[in-house]
Amino acid sequence: MSVLSKSPWIIHYDGSSCNGCDIEVLASLMPRYDVERFGVINTGNPKHADILLLTGSINEQNKPVVQNIYNQMPNPKVVIAVGICATSGGVFRECYNVLGGADKVVPVDVYAPSCPIRPEALIDAVVKALGILEKKKAASLAEEVKK
Amino acid sequence: MQNHVPFLLYFLMLFPLLIGALALVNRWSSLFKKFIYPGVIVLIVVSIGLLAIGLKGSPIFVPAHFSWIEPFMLIIEVLLAAYILFLALRRKDMIVSILIAVQTGLLLWFHFGAGHSAHVENNLFIDLFSVIMGLIIGVIGSLIAMYAVGYMEDFHAHHEEVKDRRPLFLGLIFIFLSAMFGVCFSNNLMWLLFFWEITTVCSFILIGYKQDDQSIANSFLALRWNLLGGLAFLIGIIVLFKTHHTIALNEMMSLPGTLVLLPVALLCFAGLTKSAQLPCSSWLVGAMVAPTPVSALLHSSTMVKAGVYLVLRFAHQLQGTTLGLFVAMVGLITFLIGSFICISQNDAKKILAYSTIANLGLIILCAGVGTYEAVWAGILLIIFHAVAKGLLFLCVGGIEHETGSRQVEDMTGLIVRMPKVSVMLQIGIAGMFLAPFGMLISKWAVLRAMIDFSPFSAVFLIFGSAATLFFWVKWLGKVLIVDKPYENIEKGIPTGQWIAMGTLSVLTVFICGFFAWVAHNLIDPYVAAIYGNVMVLSKGNIVIMGIMLLMVCLFPLTFLDYGSGVKLSDPYLAGANVGHKGQYQAALEVKDMEMKNYYLNDYFNEERLMYLGVILGVLFVLGLFVLGGA
Amino acid sequence: MSIKILLSYLVLAPIVGGLLAGLDRRVTARMQNRIGPPILQPFYDVLKLFKKETLVVRPSQTLYIEFFFVLTVFTGALFFAGGDLLLIIFALTLAGVFFVLGGFKASSPYSVIGAHREALQMMSYEPALMMVAVGMYMVTKSFQITDIIHYPKSLIMVLPGVFLAFFFILPIKFRKSPFDLSTSHHAHQELVKGITTEFSGKTLAIIEMAHWYENVFVLAIVYLFFASNVWVGLSVSLLVFLSQMLIDNATARVRWQALVASSWLVALVLGGANIIYLMIRG
Repeated sequence: MSVLSKSPWIIHYDGSSCNGCDIEVLASLMPRYDVERFGVINTGNPKHADILLLTGSINEQNKPVVQNIYNQMPNPKVVIAVGICATSGGVFRECYNVLGGADKVVPVDVYAPSCPIRPEALIDAVVKALGILEKKKAASLAEEVKK
Repeated sequence: MQNHVPFLLYFLMLFPLLIGALALVNRWSSLFKKFIYPGVIVLIVVSIGLLAIGLKGSPIFVPAHFSWIEPFMLIIEVLLAAYILFLALRRKDMIVSILIAVQTGLLLWFHFGAGHSAHVENNLFIDLFSVIMGLIIGVIGSLIAMYAVGYMEDFHAHHEEVKDRRPLFLGLIFIFLSAMFGVCFSNNLMWLLFFWEITTVCSFILIGYKQDDQSIANSFLALRWNLLGGLAFLIGIIVLFKTHHTIALNEMMSLPGTLVLLPVALLCFAGLTKSAQLPCSSWLVGAMVAPTPVSALLHSSTMVKAGVYLVLRFAHQLQGTTLGLFVAMVGLITFLIGSFICISQNDAKKILAYSTIANLGLIILCAGVGTYEAVWAGILLIIFHAVAKGLLFLCVGGIEHETGSRQVEDMTGLIVRMPKVSVMLQIGIAGMFLAPFGMLISKWAVLRAMIDFSPFSAVFLIFGSAATLFFWVKWLGKVLIVDKPYENIEKGIPTGQWIAMGTLSVLTVFICGFFAWVAHNLIDPYVAAIYGNVMVLSKGNIVIMGIMLLMVCLFPLTFLDYGSGVKLSDPYLAGANVGHKGQYQAALEVKDMEMKNYYLNDYFNEERLMYLGVILGVLFVLGLFVLGGA
Repeated sequence: MSIKILLSYLVLAPIVGGLLAGLDRRVTARMQNRIGPPILQPFYDVLKLFKKETLVVRPSQTLYIEFFFVLTVFTGALFFAGGDLLLIIFALTLAGVFFVLGGFKASSPYSVIGAHREALQMMSYEPALMMVAVGMYMVTKSFQITDIIHYPKSLIMVLPGVFLAFFFILPIKFRKSPFDLSTSHHAHQELVKGITTEFSGKTLAIIEMAHWYENVFVLAIVYLFFASNVWVGLSVSLLVFLSQMLIDNATARVRWQALVASSWLVALVLGGANIIYLMIRG
């Protein structure tokens, strides 16, 4: 395990969630689950973040915003679709304004479906994401070496 | 070399006059421009020649007795007075009319009455302080004159409503330079007053150059204060003559302070008006309506320095007296109020005006304290301030012409729009407040001098200095912001302006690098001659400052690394970025992002602070006369 | 002697600073009834940041920050080499100015507001910091750190007002509530991340390390007040650092008006009174 996975800084973006998942995300930061134990910080700033937590489905309004935020994160970075809405659109999938899950606009690395997500599941998703983060860094290093 | 001193002095006083006269009779033509550049270069070279005299502590006196000169001066003074009286009466400005009438009356009375027997052995003199002033006038003044040539051409292209009187403008600038040399080299106080009044008149006409209502009103405001100072000057001379039967500066300076309190108080008041200390500061702010070279030359680098020059001359007599205390209080309060007001200002020239007032206040403070450390720091301040402030004014002038605005708020992206000018502007600003540049070295010295004198006044100094930091840094930052794509627009600046700005930028950095040398060769001997003591800077500190200067000068080198190892991205705009870097999607349309500076107007309100400052200033000036002068 | 101290400062300061930052996060977590991250967490963070990409809005913004780092280290080095306290404060200001300019250069609304606030904070703490220099000079008759530190008596006994004024502005330097206006170590705030918003990767790591150096330097100034006894000095410095966490967790962020007014007022009243006392005492 390198330092990359010891200091996962997250940014949390609420697409069009019902706030169920958002509250659970925040709950994970609270004393009961205290994810800062693992070095997690909720930065609120894409330029500082390693992990993008997306909650809620994607619609026409928030599509450019999600893309912008994703583009403004420094590599290596991972995206977690938090909750069923971000995973696939959930019950809103067929709405006239909904495009679907987060993967319609940005590459999603970890899916964490449920409604709402439980903090334990979220922590599990972050841990999975950290593994992917390491792999991405290794891949980019390998590419540099090739060059 | 010392035998040539009289000629050197005559040359410096007369040569600019000659150029000025040529300018006055000449039409604006290429011929004129051709002889102005060589003239300027000759002036710079000769004033640097002042260094070659090899002066040490003691001054060199020059008799300069000419039978025609006193009547000649008198005639000029009466003619100028008549001219001003005519203008004042036409404008129904009673204050100016009365002041000028009283002053001329007194002058004539003194000249044909008691003063007729006044004899001054040496009318001119030169010592190291005069050399420093002469260098500032000669080098910086000439550079600004050079800048003015190109600037005025642009100025009239931009302001078609202003009547083209460029020959008058340049003529007056050179006549002014000549008078300034006179101020610094005069030992006869009547001569000093004569040159003093000439600078007042030059300033008056130049402030009113645009001839619109505001310019004329402000020029009369300046005239009022300066005439009041001139009147105090004259009364001071008369009192001095009545009590000690002398009108020579060196004899006055050699008298013990307690014997000449009233004349010194009057002359110091004249100095305070000239250097726009509270409560007389408003004229300098008003004077900013004049074209920028005037502001740079008269109202920051040289003319206002004549005031502090005079007060600093008396520092030795002020030391430890109540009078000195009040002079110091005026300086301190001016420094504080001036620095605070700068925070709430957006107009670049106004910031420069107020900060000039503030820095002059600092010098006055040093003079009032009058210890050797303070005088040392005061002279250092004069040098650094003249260079850096002159540069800043010239940059702002250039920026105003190319962008059409001199508001700090409009300077966003200047680093891209006018890269070279903005770098020079940054050097100037850094020179005003950043370690290890000049003003901070001086401020450091002032602070040390002040702690030894009265730690409590040092406490106030600290607050003023903290305010200085804030207003300069936000201006410096404003220039760096690039909020959208810009084009380079600095191509229109004429060569003369480039040379002037470039030389001053180099000087700003150069003097910092060699300040130990400057202090050792120019300031130390002067202070040692008066006090027998000099400010000692430990070697270690000079080395540290040198290291800091080196580091700051190396900063541009880091730009070799420009853009390596980084990836460009949009600024964070809550994810709403669209279009180019600085645009975002608002509720209904695409908008440009906008960034404005902090002005803290509720805290550092100009009107309120000025009101307070004038009240305190009046109180201290009253104290100066009532408690100090008696 | 001083060379040794200087070198150990250069090496140890980031370690001590980082550990203190780790301690800070741990203690803060405990105060919030959480477990908190490992003590070494700040080092993990910085090392991670070095592995990340550096995103910039304007390519030159990072250069200002690199210079900020160099100058901050230089400031501390001057201090530990026993330099002139006034010059040290000027060097600190110079470093701070580069940080602010970096924020401006980044040309983003959040970083520009943050930069303004940082400048405002500098204006707010400057008087109290300068008063430390003035007060110590009045007592020890020297600005040299070497002389101040060897002064036989404890400076706090004669400079209590100055110390309190300095203590009052410490949250600014430690970037703690109630004066963490320009940027803070906490999660969300109203300015995203204030002045550091546009800095990422290596540059952010450099800012963090500069901050460690700065913290050690600030605590060293605290130490000066108690320098007559090494152990008292060290333990008071640590106590002062811990007190900042308590203040941080017990207060809310104030507006800039309150920042400027309160810090200037405290400096003027407490510091000024102390200096008048010294003048009278002679």
